[in-house]
Amino acid sequence: MRSHLLPEYIVERDYTKCTRCKVCIKQCTYGVHYYNAVKDTIESKSERCVNCLRCVVFCPKEAITIKRNLNNYRENYYWTQETITSIKRQAETGSAILTGMGCDKPYPVYWDKLLLNACQVTNPPIDPIREPIEIRTYLGRKPTRIELEINSGDISLKTDLAPNLCVEAPILFAAMSYGALNLNVHEALVRAAIECGTYFNCGEGGLHSNLRKYGNHIIVQVASGRFGVDLEYLNAGAAIEIKIGQGAKPGIGGHLPGEKVSEDIAMVRMIPAGTDALSPAPHHDIYSIEDLRQLIYALKEATEYMKPVSVKIAAVHNSAAIASGIARAGADIIVIDGFRGSTGAAPRVIRDNVGIPIELALASVDQRLREEGIRDEVSIIASGGIRSSADVVKAIALGADAVYIGTAALVAMGCTLCQRCYTGKCPWGIATSNPEIAKRLNSADAYRRVVNFMRAWSIEIKEMLGAMGIDSIESLRGNREQLRGVGLTERELRILGVKIAGE
Amino acid sequence: MYTERNRKNLYDDKIFSSCAIFGMINLKGERFTSKEPVRAVSCMRERGNGLGGGFAIYGIYPDFKDTYAFHVMYMNTRAKKRVERFLTRNFRILLSEEIPTENSDVILDPPIFWRYFLEPLPPRLKDERADGDEYVVNKVMKINAKIRGAYVLSSGKDMGVFKGVGFPEDLAEFFRLDEYKGYIWICHARFPTNTPGWWEGAHPFNILDWSVAHNGELSSYGTNRRYLEMHGYKCTMHTDTEVIAYAFDLLVRRHKIPVELAAKVLAPPYWEEIDAMEPRKRLMFMALRQVYRSLMMNGPFSVVVAHHGELIGLTDRKKLRPLVMGVEDNVLYISSEEAAIRFISPNLDKIMRPSCGEIIIGRLERSRVMEIPTFTRMVQIK
Repeated sequence: MRSHLLPEYIVERDYTKCTRCKVCIKQCTYGVHYYNAVKDTIESKSERCVNCLRCVVFCPKEAITIKRNLNNYRENYYWTQETITSIKRQAETGSAILTGMGCDKPYPVYWDKLLLNACQVTNPPIDPIREPIEIRTYLGRKPTRIELEINSGDISLKTDLAPNLCVEAPILFAAMSYGALNLNVHEALVRAAIECGTYFNCGEGGLHSNLRKYGNHIIVQVASGRFGVDLEYLNAGAAIEIKIGQGAKPGIGGHLPGEKVSEDIAMVRMIPAGTDALSPAPHHDIYSIEDLRQLIYALKEATEYMKPVSVKIAAVHNSAAIASGIARAGADIIVIDGFRGSTGAAPRVIRDNVGIPIELALASVDQRLREEGIRDEVSIIASGGIRSSADVVKAIALGADAVYIGTAALVAMGCTLCQRCYTGKCPWGIATSNPEIAKRLNSADAYRRVVNFMRAWSIEIKEMLGAMGIDSIESLRGNREQLRGVGLTERELRILGVKIAGE
Repeated sequence: MYTERNRKNLYDDKIFSSCAIFGMINLKGERFTSKEPVRAVSCMRERGNGLGGGFAIYGIYPDFKDTYAFHVMYMNTRAKKRVERFLTRNFRILLSEEIPTENSDVILDPPIFWRYFLEPLPPRLKDERADGDEYVVNKVMKINAKIRGAYVLSSGKDMGVFKGVGFPEDLAEFFRLDEYKGYIWICHARFPTNTPGWWEGAHPFNILDWSVAHNGELSSYGTNRRYLEMHGYKCTMHTDTEVIAYAFDLLVRRHKIPVELAAKVLAPPYWEEIDAMEPRKRLMFMALRQVYRSLMMNGPFSVVVAHHGELIGLTDRKKLRPLVMGVEDNVLYISSEEAAIRFISPNLDKIMRPSCGEIIIGRLERSRVMEIPTFTRMVQIK
C-alpha cells in the first residue's frame, strides 16, 4: 500500500555550511539523515523526522533547519490536519494511534487565568535574600489535634505522629518506570532528589538493585501489573504509592512491548525477558473502595506502619467523591493527576479526550475534604502538567500540599516533547532502553541540570511567597485569598473558590 | 453600604488595617478605672484615624460573675427582635438592658447597643451534648452568620467589649467607660486603609472571654480561615483579626494547649531552629507545627490578647509590627509604643521589647510576669 501520509516536517540543509561531518547521521535515531556517496552530500528523508531537534542542536555548523511542512491539506477549521492525518494513518495500519507525553490540545489552562497577590504598603513584602522563607513541607497523615501531658511544669507529648515524608521544597519527582526510562535517567533523578531534599517515585516497573541504596529518597509504586513487588521492594522505599490511574490515560492500563523488555528490565520487573509487560486497566484485586482499603492496610502491615501510603488517581469527573473515599480508606497521601499529565505511551484519543484539568479537580477535592472535616487526615499532591514555579505556587494556594513533576524534569535533562516516547528511540537518551542510545544521557550531567532547575524553582517560589508577605509555605496552602481569576466564568470561579481580579 | 456589599460576597473577605494596641493588667486582680488606659491609647492618636476604636474590660460585672454577658450591636430594631427571640429559645435571660451611652458630636450614627446576662437552658444544653462554652460559641456563630444587622460583640463572663467607629477616647466617652472598673483593659485605635470604618469591624474581637486587639495584616488569613471553618468557626466579621480570637479559643480552650505553646503555633520557630533542638523538645515543636500548620499567622502582626486571668502580647516571628512591655508594681503594660506607657506611668520599673515571636504573659494567679525563653530568632538562610 502506498502511503498517502505527508511528512510533518521538512529538513532543510544549508549546503554552504554543511561540512559533511555526519554528526547528524549519527545523532538521528529515526534514520532521517544519510550520506549520498555518489554526490558526496548528506541528504534527509523528511517523512521520518519528528522534530526532536537533536541534529539541530548537535550540528557544529548550524546547517540544519527543521520546518513545518507547508504542503498541508486545504484549510478546514473542522477537519484539521491532525484529524485527516489520523484517519489516513489508521486506514493504512488499522490500529489505535499511539502517542507520548501529555495532552497538547488547546483546552483552557486555568493556571494562566489565575494571578497572584503581592503586598503594598499595609503589609511589607519579605526579601528572600535577606530573611528566611521556609518551603519545607511534611506529607502524610496528621492527627487532628495534639494532646499533651502536663505534670508540674513538665510538658510531654501524648499524641503519636504518623510517619510523614519531609520535602525541602514542595516538589517531588513523579512516577516514571524503569522500562519507560532507562537506568541513567533513574539514577540522575534519584540523586537529584537526594540533593534537593525530596523524593523520586520509581514508577511501576520495580526498583533496580543499583538504586536500593538511595531508598530513603524513593517512593515505590504498586500498580496493577505488580511488577517487581515483593516485601523487600516495599520496604526499600520511604513511602509506597498505589497507582490506580494516570492523568494521561485514565482507565487505561499499560503495555511495555516485549522488544523493550531487556534482560535487566525483565529481572527488575520479575518477568521473562522479551515478553510484553502488561498492566491491566484495573487492579484485579481492587474492584471497589473496600478492596482499596484492604490493599492499603496490607501494604501498611507489610511495612509495619512505618511508611506513608499514597494513592494516585487520575483527575476525572467525580474526583472529589473518590478522594473522600480514599481518605476514609486509610490513605495518607492522595495524588491527583490532571489530564495534562504525561505518559510514555498512550492511545492519543484517550490522552486528548479523557480526564479533567488538575486545577479544577484539585480545587474541588480540597473543598470537599474540608467540608467533610478530613482535609488534614491526608496530604494532597497535585500532578500532571506543572510547568513552572508559578504553577507550583498556584497549586498550593488552591489547596495542594505539594506537586509532582515529570515532564519538567525530563525537559531539564534534554527532552524536547517530540511525543515519540513510545517508539523507544528517544534521541535524547531518555525514554529508551536501547543501551546504545541510553548512553547518550550522561547521568551526572542530567543530575546537575535537574538540581539546577529545582534550585531555580525554589528561589522563584520564595520570591513569590515573599512578595505575598508569607514567610512559610504552610500559610499559602489552601490560601485562595492570594489568588484572583481573569477571564473566568462565575461558575469556574466558584469551583476554584477564587474571586475575580479587581474584587 | 460596605457591609451590605460584603454580605453578598460569596468568598473570603478581609479588611486591612494598621493600628495602635494597648493592654494593661493588674496582677493582683485589683480593678481600676478607664482613666489610664484611655489616656494611654489617646497618646497614640497618630496610629489611628478615627475610623475605629474599642475596649475589652475584664471584671466589670461582679454581680453577674457566672453568667455569660452578651454585648450585642443592632443595626435596626428588626434584628433586635429576631435575636431576642433566638436568645429566649436558647437561654434563660437574667437581665436584658440597653448599654448606657452618651450623646456625642463626634460619634455619628451609632447603632443600638444592648447587653444580656444569660444562662444556657439546661435541656437545650443536653440536646446539643455541649458544655456551656461550646454551646455559647455555636449560638454566637449562628447569630453573627444568620441574623442580618446583629453582631455579638462579646460573649464572655464578667467581661465586655465596647467598640465602634471613632477615636477610642471619644468612644470611651460615648460608652461612659468611666463608670466601669476592670482588672484587665485592652484598647485599640484603628487605621483602616482601604475601606470606610464600620461598627462591627472595630477591634477588639471576641469569642467567649477571648479578646484580641491586633495591629497588622495576616497574609495567611485565607489558610487560617479555611482551617477554622473546618473546626466549626464562622468568620463573619470580614476582618483578619477574628481568626486570632478563634485560634486561641480552639487551641487553649478546646485542645487544652498551654498559652505559651499556643503562641508558638501562631508564631512558630523556624524549621532550622526546630531541627537543632534536643530530641524531646524537637518532637514537641515538630508536632505543633505539623498539626497546626494552618494556624500559623503569617504577615505582620502584633496583638494583645486577653482572657480571664491573663494578658498576652505577641508579635509575628519577624516582628514587623512594634510591641513593648512595661512593668510597674503590680501592673503589666503592653503597648504599640513606649511613649503611651511612659505617659501614664512615668516611674516604670522595667521596659522591655520582646523579640520576634516572643510571647509576653501577665498571669493573675501567680502575680508575676511569665516569660518563656524565646526559640525564635532571625536565622540566616543557607
